[in-house]
Amino acid sequence: MKNAHTWGAILAVVLASTTGDVLLSRAMKRVGDVGELWRRAGLVTVAGRILRNPSFLLGIFMMAVAFYSLLFALSWADVSLVAPASASLTFVANAIAARIFLHERVDHRRWMAALLVAGGVALLAA
Amino acid sequence: MTFRKYLVLAGVTLFAAIGDSFLARGMKQVGNVSLQRLPDIILTILNPWVALGILFLLGFFAAYMTALSWADLTYVLPATSLGYVLLALIAKFLLHEQVTTARWLGIGLISAGVGFVTQGPALSPGPPDRDDAPCVPKPVASRIKP
Repeated sequence: MKNAHTWGAILAVVLASTTGDVLLSRAMKRVGDVGELWRRAGLVTVAGRILRNPSFLLGIFMMAVAFYSLLFALSWADVSLVAPASASLTFVANAIAARIFLHERVDHRRWMAALLVAGGVALLAA
Repeated sequence: MTFRKYLVLAGVTLFAAIGDSFLARGMKQVGNVSLQRLPDIILTILNPWVALGILFLLGFFAAYMTALSWADLTYVLPATSLGYVLLALIAKFLLHEQVTTARWLGIGLISAGVGFVTQGPALSPGPPDRDDAPCVPKPVASRIKP
């Protein structure tokens, strides 16, 4: 029962943070290189442009959902299981989501990285 | 990729691992959070370790947003996953959790994944779709693609 709770919380973290990551990445690509923009237009412009972006705000909300799910999971199980398992599964889900929604070029190298991390996750949970 | 950009990636890695460890330590002190007493979870931020963890995770977030402004999501995530190695070391030596041989092997595979992805380009080639890009009117349909 405790195990089912832990993995349920981990699944919630994965779904929420994948949605959040995709939204945040989309928002930041629209804003453009933050360092460059900061030097050119100042911090206020950078902050304003980020905070006015609807994808960013929705992304933050999804990250908050993921964060509280993570707190639940951490109160039930070891951090060296929960943190890598949820974050690495998120990474695999992200590779798929980034390809579909962000049109990123996920080449052999990146899929290879995804598989290695997935294997790593399986071992972490063993 | 410049030295400054690698520093930002290092910031993402370090802040995430340190923040997660502080959270874990704090949540172990707080104890099990029950679904029946949901408001209690809001109060967990009063625990100093949880508060410190949140502070580090804010630093992580600033570095992460900066990295995402010039690199692909599928580059940033694996490139910063060396944090799990750090997390395992912290879990073993500071939180005194059991880190088994299988988990160490898993950490090794993740590290290999990092090696793979950082060999490649950080950003997918494609048309810039940015607020400060030259203002060329686009058909509405192309902007609301899912």
